[in-house]
Amino acid sequence: MISTWIWNALPGPALVRVLILLVAIAAVVFTLFEYVFPWVSEALNVQETTVEES
Amino acid sequence: MSAPAPTSQASGGRPPAHAGATRSRLSIIGVLGELLMLAGILLGLFVLWQLFYTDIQGERAQREVVESLDWVDPAVDDVVQGISAGESTGPETIPDDLKYTDIDPPAMDYPGFTETFATMMVPRWGEDYVKPVSEGVTRADVLDPLGIGHYPDTALPGEIGNFAVSGHRTTYGKPFNAVADLQVGDSLIVQTEDAWFVYHVESWEIVKPTQVEVIAPTPNQPGVAPTERSITLTTCHPMFSAAERWIVHGTFDYWAPTGHGVPEELLEVPA
Repeated sequence: MISTWIWNALPGPALVRVLILLVAIAAVVFTLFEYVFPWVSEALNVQETTVEES
Repeated sequence: MSAPAPTSQASGGRPPAHAGATRSRLSIIGVLGELLMLAGILLGLFVLWQLFYTDIQGERAQREVVESLDWVDPAVDDVVQGISAGESTGPETIPDDLKYTDIDPPAMDYPGFTETFATMMVPRWGEDYVKPVSEGVTRADVLDPLGIGHYPDTALPGEIGNFAVSGHRTTYGKPFNAVADLQVGDSLIVQTEDAWFVYHVESWEIVKPTQVEVIAPTPNQPGVAPTERSITLTTCHPMFSAAERWIVHGTFDYWAPTGHGVPEELLEVPA
């Protein structure tokens, strides 16, 4: 299981592991919201509002 | 982690109830399940981001852009901050002798890419509706972060030709969200640093995304030299889709220099 493997790979007591996980999740979500999702949204082309030559 | 540790953990004294083969088979299914859960979480996050996060972020960013413009009429600022136009005497309105229909408005430098050069007000969309208009219609640079975008090389406000703008109908602050509520005669008001421009809605149509003739200098008649001062709004249709475009055409009423009050149309919130 990936979750078990990640948990065991983290150092320190449970509280420290939880904190590390929270920081890591926040960093991943930030990257997704600011860089990955904007790119995906443009590539998907479902929010276009302009008229242009094809 | 050092190698011996897991071994000592595994032989931790408990009877091997779910050890060996059972355990490794379970973990293959388990890993697959975890990956599927991760995919579900990512898709859910994307939907949350697109529907809500971009909207909240866009709304705030566009309000900040309007607030940062030092030439926005103070009466408009008051309206935006919730001071009702109906209270006491209300803001001064532009006198009739300063409304021009036949002479050209003061010339303005063609704005640079992403430059915010105008604000747009549509009383039908609420008396607090004030959105920035910036140069360019690419999503990453203009439409997503700045709201309404001006098609490059179309007319500037009040010029003879077609002042063509585009904006999101859903998400990213959705400046053209209520485009379907517009009725013939509704005012479309644009302010630049030097002048007010008042247009009214004339017609609307739903077209294919490739029908660029809707933003031609003479709308829908490409190649014909313009004689009118037009405005055209383009946005997506249906909502949350890119299959078609909703187009609104408007015609010019008058322009007036700034600093002499606001257009009376701004205070007439339609029923």
